[in-house]
Amino acid sequence: MGSRASTLLREEEIEEIKKETGFSHSQITRLYSRFTSLDKGENGTLSREDFQRIPELAINPLGDRIINAFFPEGEDQVNFRGFMRTLAHFRPIEDNEKNKNATTSEPLNSRTNKLLFAFRLYDLDRDDKISRDELLQVLRMMVGVNISDEQLGSIADRTIQEADTNGDNSISFNEFIKVLEKVDVEQKMSIRFLH
Amino acid sequence: MFLSLCPFDNLVCILLGISFTVWFTLLLVFIIVPAIFGVSFGIRRLYMKTLLKIFEWATLRIERGAKEKNHPLYKPYSNAIIAREPTSLEQEIKEIRRSGSNRDFDSASEFEMSDIFYFARRGVESIMDDEVTKRFSAEELESWNLLTRSNYNFHYISLRLTVLWGLGLLIRYGFLLPLRVTLAFTGVGLLVFLTSVIGLLPNGSLPAGENKPKNGGICVANHTSPIDVIILASDGCYAMVGQIHGGLMGVIQRSMVKACPHIWFERSEVKDRHLVAKRLSDHVEDKSKLPILIFPEGTCINNTSVMMFKKGSFEIGATVYPVAIKYDPRFGDAFWNSSKFGMVNYLLRMMSSWAIVCSVWYLPPMSREEGEDAVQFANRVKAAIARQGGLVDLLWDGGLKRGKVKDTFKEEQQKLYSKMLVGTQEDRSRS
Repeated sequence: MGSRASTLLREEEIEEIKKETGFSHSQITRLYSRFTSLDKGENGTLSREDFQRIPELAINPLGDRIINAFFPEGEDQVNFRGFMRTLAHFRPIEDNEKNKNATTSEPLNSRTNKLLFAFRLYDLDRDDKISRDELLQVLRMMVGVNISDEQLGSIADRTIQEADTNGDNSISFNEFIKVLEKVDVEQKMSIRFLH
Repeated sequence: MFLSLCPFDNLVCILLGISFTVWFTLLLVFIIVPAIFGVSFGIRRLYMKTLLKIFEWATLRIERGAKEKNHPLYKPYSNAIIAREPTSLEQEIKEIRRSGSNRDFDSASEFEMSDIFYFARRGVESIMDDEVTKRFSAEELESWNLLTRSNYNFHYISLRLTVLWGLGLLIRYGFLLPLRVTLAFTGVGLLVFLTSVIGLLPNGSLPAGENKPKNGGICVANHTSPIDVIILASDGCYAMVGQIHGGLMGVIQRSMVKACPHIWFERSEVKDRHLVAKRLSDHVEDKSKLPILIFPEGTCINNTSVMMFKKGSFEIGATVYPVAIKYDPRFGDAFWNSSKFGMVNYLLRMMSSWAIVCSVWYLPPMSREEGEDAVQFANRVKAAIARQGGLVDLLWDGGLKRGKVKDTFKEEQQKLYSKMLVGTQEDRSRS
């Protein structure tokens, strides 16, 4: 139950998270309540099992990759700050933010950072390149057993061919951005709050 | 010193004796006897009206307190917190592809790197808010009902409110709780005594009200707490179905069996679905036996939704009498979160709430139609119960409270997506 939720989150922390992620006060308290309800061990952090307990996430073919996005390299627990930092990628881009000048550091929900989130879902070994092998593995996760290896292989080859401009047979982040430059990332990678 | 205590001792004894007598007489006169004869003094309605007025006042004070400090209040919304469009996988991915391509025709490409956006967003949406996990914890209320267990805005309680809360605490633990505990002990004692007496009497006939479950039928209801059983049983006689428990529950179960035949199972037998089905159908065929009471969800849900009905009871072919039970959460939450609280803790919380208020609807009987299988029949009954009780109708299995979701659901998603990739291949070869 989220009964003790808003009392355990201090005002200063809420302000810090607000600055870092751009979520509003009420959104942060709601998400904190959600965080505590997922935290079955009640130790202030979430483990991978806590995420896997969400049925709708467990049936998502890329569920494990998404869960992985919350955990920094080599770590098994994520605290509320980390949780919010990752969720912030999906905050909608408000109109007044579009005109922010380059001197302020890039907000977590910028178009580039949204694309980076998606890129990292493909980039299994976090070496900033999507190799043919990695693309194949992720494709396999998405289609299950329904497509043959050869067919999947040719899909992967075609995709890399289209995207790869420097001929290293893998997709870098810049190449990734180029391929998706027309896609409405702002809308498709954003989650709107009702309140 | 001993001598000087004696007269005092006597006085204490006399006082205790008097208060016990008074207590029990009041109990008998105002509660037990009227309950047996179905007479009401109207005290309950007055009590509830007063409570609601107090709760409104309490909530307003909290809101005022929050406004003074210039903080937004934590407002729980048991419905969605994020906007989720009910578009299908195919539709969404097509939209994403369309926005990214400068081609005019309807996304003939087999795979686009942007497809991953769909899965990413759906995944993160379910992390922020999902339909299932919140059904297994108590519903959050918008107004505060002076119970610590349902308050989320501790810092905004003024002095007056604290005093009121303290008073409430006194009333609940000092008066309501002992009252209900006494009633419970008396009640259980009477039950054990009376059922052994009844067991000696010959079989009687049942009163048949409108839509009340009849012999040879199965009564199904949504499950929120053990109190469901008490409520339904107080309004009609049923044969219960369930596992044999130890301890106090076991005593009650065994004594109930003496009065009329119930169907209690050993834990090991429950796993054998055929055995269960056979015993149920045997019972149902015997027209002299009481209607069976079953909770097809298989576990307690928090009364905001109805989850998947297990098809077992719908395969037998008897008439089903659906019952919808909805608790009013403002006075006390009846949901038993069995993974968090044991039975004793739960009973304590129940007895120290303001009141347990519930509405029971007896729906018209339903039977399996031609060409309908057990699962469809179960879903039809579930939909009727959900509609009547104002609950959300979910397809998810209540067993997810403790168990993992089946892999078949993930495989369905993968199949759908594969069709998008491979389906276009077939179109290409055709043209």
